[in-house]
Amino acid sequence: MPKLSIDGTEVEVADGTTVLRACEQAGVEIPRFCFHERLSIAGNCRMCLVEQVGVPKPVASCAMPVTEGMQILTQSERVQAAREGVMEFLLVNHPLDCPICDQGGECDLQDQALYYGRVRSRFREAKRAVSDKDFGPLVKTVMTRCIHCTRCVRFMDEVAGVPELGTMGRGEDMEIVAALEGCLHSELAGNVVDLCPVGALTSKPYAFAARPWELSHTESVDVLDGAGSAIRIDARDGRVLRVLPRVNEDINEEWIGDRSRHAVDGLAVRRLDQPWLRRNGAFEPVSWDAALAAVATALQDAAPARTAALAGDLVGLEGMAALADLMRARGVASVDCRQDGGAVGAGVPASWRFNATIAGIDRADAVLLVGTNPRREAPVINARIRRRWRATGIPIARIGPAIDLTYPVTELGDGPDALAELARGTHPFVAALGQARYPLIVVGSGALARADGAVILGLARQVAEAADAARADWNGFSVLQRCAARAGGLELGMVPAEGGLDSRGMVSAANEGGLDFLYLLGADEIDPEAFRDTFTVYQGHHADRGARRADVLLPAAAYTEQEATYVNTEGRPQRARPAHPPPGGARPDWKIPVALAARMGSPLPYDSLAGLWRRIEAAHPHLAEIGQLPPPAPLTSFGDAGGELDGAPFTEVVPDYYRTCPISRASATMAACARAVADA
Amino acid sequence: MTGDADLFPGPDRDEAERILGRYPQEHRQSAVLPLLDLAQRRHGGWLPAAVVDAVGDYLGMPSMRVRELVTFYSMFHDRPVGRYLVQVCRTTPCWLRGSDEVLAAARQELGIAPGETTPDGDFTLIEVECLGACADAPVVQINDDFHERLDGGQMRAWIHAHRGPKEG
Repeated sequence: MPKLSIDGTEVEVADGTTVLRACEQAGVEIPRFCFHERLSIAGNCRMCLVEQVGVPKPVASCAMPVTEGMQILTQSERVQAAREGVMEFLLVNHPLDCPICDQGGECDLQDQALYYGRVRSRFREAKRAVSDKDFGPLVKTVMTRCIHCTRCVRFMDEVAGVPELGTMGRGEDMEIVAALEGCLHSELAGNVVDLCPVGALTSKPYAFAARPWELSHTESVDVLDGAGSAIRIDARDGRVLRVLPRVNEDINEEWIGDRSRHAVDGLAVRRLDQPWLRRNGAFEPVSWDAALAAVATALQDAAPARTAALAGDLVGLEGMAALADLMRARGVASVDCRQDGGAVGAGVPASWRFNATIAGIDRADAVLLVGTNPRREAPVINARIRRRWRATGIPIARIGPAIDLTYPVTELGDGPDALAELARGTHPFVAALGQARYPLIVVGSGALARADGAVILGLARQVAEAADAARADWNGFSVLQRCAARAGGLELGMVPAEGGLDSRGMVSAANEGGLDFLYLLGADEIDPEAFRDTFTVYQGHHADRGARRADVLLPAAAYTEQEATYVNTEGRPQRARPAHPPPGGARPDWKIPVALAARMGSPLPYDSLAGLWRRIEAAHPHLAEIGQLPPPAPLTSFGDAGGELDGAPFTEVVPDYYRTCPISRASATMAACARAVADA
Repeated sequence: MTGDADLFPGPDRDEAERILGRYPQEHRQSAVLPLLDLAQRRHGGWLPAAVVDAVGDYLGMPSMRVRELVTFYSMFHDRPVGRYLVQVCRTTPCWLRGSDEVLAAARQELGIAPGETTPDGDFTLIEVECLGACADAPVVQINDDFHERLDGGQMRAWIHAHRGPKEG
């Protein structure tokens, strides 16, 4: 533990700490551009120069390790002069076009020029011109503003694992270029915009939309995949203009996937903002009163055995709980939250959670991926697996289609036969799992949504047990839920009661004319044609697939417009907060079943969010522990390891990363991304 | 470019393996500069993009990392150069000792400006910074050889002697 003095104050830091980090620990701010905590050290911007007593030249503090007895000065005249000099050089070729730059107001260069730069430039020559590059639909480039910190290059190389950015030329001729014009082939590409300390890379969809000081900021969670990344929603005038990641070390660190960041333009289009009722085959706008009356009549007329409710991928706990209560009060057994037909959810939490936790990936020393493509199902989780591989080269194997995950993977086969072989202990990878101290078995939710999902679940559990992956100090059996709603629905127990239909059963019952009433709560990933003869109510925010065949459309708030709790794939409840009120007559999800119950003369036992939360807490205390991991769940016997396997190979469950839900399907930005990937 | 065989045919394969042998197996990528040099010599003095990518594949490096190197180092060329690459040093010692005259002679004799290649593809003329032979300034590097203490007349004479047979 070396000791050093920073501006005369003695500080003791851990071995291997750099001077810049030591200064941070001592509460001294060091300006920087190229240095970033989560990227390798480049040392090329020189903004972090400090004076080391006894050393003739200023030293780059980001790259200088602390040694015993070092004396560092950060406020001396030499340091000030060095910063002014560096800043003057950085600005030599910078266009100083802040008034027309989207980075203005949140620009490191602007801020640091103000605090550490000279007032005037002495540069009288012509500034260099740099041709703009095409980095695809998300990243706008103005390359004359680039100061060549190479943060974007290092991010793509190290974190995203898609080394498509690079520096061409050197000195004054240096430019950042993309390997292929028109597209960055990463689900994390949008993060380079956050990393860029100047206005060279800005958000293309957000171009010239707003200045940062005009926006309201709402801290919330992402619901467009199952990871539950921390986000900040920036809105103005009742419209979400952008979504940025917030730091959550346990989940997304400070990255988010491109869909989570850029699908939000879909929130402004194709919205259901008032109730609609189908009359003579066409939708007519009606009042809430008329819509609820129609639903109440149909629900009262339908026999409970011929009534069903299905929750979709983006709904929070509150909406599901209220709908489930409404249905249970009527004696309806056919309630499901697994519109994909998933086999998990028989009351054993360990069977649907990512038990190892996302932060636990940092401990894993052997990984088996079963029927999952984490790169598309949860890019931030994939980035974490990649980082673990980069740090220690852990063995990673996969059962499923061969897709580039940005790290080397041993292919064990593309179908469940390979899993059965592992479960029998006859596969060579069993040894790698057995030797590992922290084996991680990631089972994709898609693998469990097959007809033989229960068998796969059981086999995966067997593999985990054989590898001793489920102990008191580590549970490596992890299901990767790709939807934000699923884990919450399962925690609530929103699965069919005795004798009830699951989502597959609902579809076949409807096809056979055995279903009279169906309530779709934001459920869009099913074939609506099956329900053409069923009185169908669609509650949701977008006129998407689920609304197509419905008889009544009840407009609901999206995740940016209501307070709602989401349980991520780890089983961690987190709360989404409204950035603005829902449009028009749309209502928060939970209020609609409550209003319907009241309308039918049998009100639910709560009429406020607080009351609903109390009810959820009473039944599931851990769901009230917002932000906390649930208590560890033991692996008990679940799944059906002895059942019949369908030999069909695993398939890609997210064929189009950019369009997976009503919001992203409505987004023009996501459509442009999908096109760019297809064209490239 | 398909596979290593095309990249380093015949005896070059042995040379490439010899170069790789200088570096530990886990640091194969350290061989990238000498291998690029070898590849450039075998591909007409310049590195087409396909060759650059093939070197990356050979070493297990992302092609972007190799392309960065090719554009960083002035001794690699990503566009075709002539049979003779005439590099005239213009840094201060050579300049003081008459590099302007040498360059003017080359320009006139070849009929091209620095950065250009003669239409017959024989000569490429470029200006470079210090070649590290200031004691014998002015210096011109032609392919792998230094030509030292040159004047305009010697430059002209050298070009004349190395011109291909005139047609007609």
